[in-house]
Amino acid sequence: MNFLSYLINGISLGSVYAIIALGYTMVYGIAKMLNFAHGDVIMVGCYVTFLTMSRQGWHPLPAVLLSMVVCTALGITIEKIAYKPLRRAIPLAVLITAIGVSYFLQNAALLIFGADTKSFTSVVTLPALKLADGALTISGTTIVTVVACIVIMVALSLFIKKTKAGQAMLAVSEDKDAAQLMGVNVNATISLTFAIGSGLAAIAGVLFCSAYPTLTPYTGSMPGIKAFTAAVFGGIGSIPGALIGGILLGIIEILGRAYISSQLSDAIVFAVLIIVLLVKPTGILGKKMQEKV
Amino acid sequence: MAMLEVKNLEVYYGVIQAIKGISFEVNEGEVIALIGANGAGKTTTLATITGMIRPSAGEILFEGTDISKIPGHKIVSMGMAHVPEGRRVFAELSVYENLKLGAYTRKNKAEIAESLERVYKSFPRLEERKNQLAGTLSGGEQQMLAMGRALMSKPKIILMDEPSMGLSPILVEEIFNIVKEISASGTTVLLVEQNAKKALSIADRAYVLETGNIVLSGDAKEMMNNDSIKKAYLGE
Repeated sequence: MNFLSYLINGISLGSVYAIIALGYTMVYGIAKMLNFAHGDVIMVGCYVTFLTMSRQGWHPLPAVLLSMVVCTALGITIEKIAYKPLRRAIPLAVLITAIGVSYFLQNAALLIFGADTKSFTSVVTLPALKLADGALTISGTTIVTVVACIVIMVALSLFIKKTKAGQAMLAVSEDKDAAQLMGVNVNATISLTFAIGSGLAAIAGVLFCSAYPTLTPYTGSMPGIKAFTAAVFGGIGSIPGALIGGILLGIIEILGRAYISSQLSDAIVFAVLIIVLLVKPTGILGKKMQEKV
Repeated sequence: MAMLEVKNLEVYYGVIQAIKGISFEVNEGEVIALIGANGAGKTTTLATITGMIRPSAGEILFEGTDISKIPGHKIVSMGMAHVPEGRRVFAELSVYENLKLGAYTRKNKAEIAESLERVYKSFPRLEERKNQLAGTLSGGEQQMLAMGRALMSKPKIILMDEPSMGLSPILVEEIFNIVKEISASGTTVLLVEQNAKKALSIADRAYVLETGNIVLSGDAKEMMNNDSIKKAYLGE
């Protein structure tokens, strides 16, 4: 029964990683860059929810919606100011800029919200589910997290497959010039991608803080890096890959913590990244780049 | 008034001047061939017209409007389509999805369906493979898809960059027949080709580009009999 409960916790944590990994993987797919500030966008979303909910006494729903709006705007702004001018620059310049944006957000948060740890109240009011005569308890947060992950994955897949904007995103991710020749506004499409990724980051952040209720300016960085690992694990650029990578990583982390060592659980997660990169550099669902002449 | 008029166009790649002040025009209904050797600036010229590269000087008048400063994605809806060099189909998307993207700027669903019908009629093989990923098509089929995709925007003028590149002689024949059909259906064509002989055989007029300059222009049929052209480009 213990194993089952660890597994469920792993899937729940993995769902958060998967939602964050979506932001990495979509932005990578379309702009061919790793947005290392993505984790810190999550943290900003958490502060917005914390301030409105715990301090102003808002209902969780409008609080989460507001944090999505703020994160979406933040994502678009970061892209406009920091990344867009570097569109034709070398990848290393963009990567360093992303790390710079990440530090900027952390330190801005430190300045605005202070260094002290805030205790985050869960946004989920759903009661825990008790199964097998109370031997197995699934918290409301866990249920909401997994459901949110499924809903987001389905909605995003439909959006990309069925809408014009989604098809434009696929076209831009494959060939920017050819997409422009179709009349697709490449810059607007990249902005949209950042907007979606950042909006999802807000949801992921709120769910993460509901499960692990401490909030500091550095809260986003660890789940951010792990979600990045999950994206690489699943195959960066692939949306189903983000889901599989995220869930697997969550399970590995929780099982590692339970059965091997709670102190080594992070090391285990990153060891997985190293092994994946050694054995299959493209990740589980990643595809080889190939060009037809 | 010419449909497309390029005036004193200059294009630089960094410090290297690729296009050195060329002027030419394309009238409605014409098939114009732009021929020349590798590196003459043919692809650059087309890419500049459709806004992928910005010129440093000169004007590009499309139906009287200077489009040299208009964002590239807006030029499509003005009625200009570009079949790029190397086809550039979206390999991860199906044939059908590629064609739908060709109609990205259009809104009227019934009209789009009508264009799709027409493209399938001209390229029956695309209809047979409509659910197949474009990356799995053969070179010739990808070229047909690239042309069909361009036609989906219902262009007044279509710019084609080396449509015969890398294709077998039979397919080259087929592709040029399609170009003729496109022209016959009322679309103006600006054709860039290394296969000068084939290009001249279907063109009304032609321009010869050499290291960024237009060195010769005139009636395509006369050019085919021009001795220096024969020597330099037709391999006779």
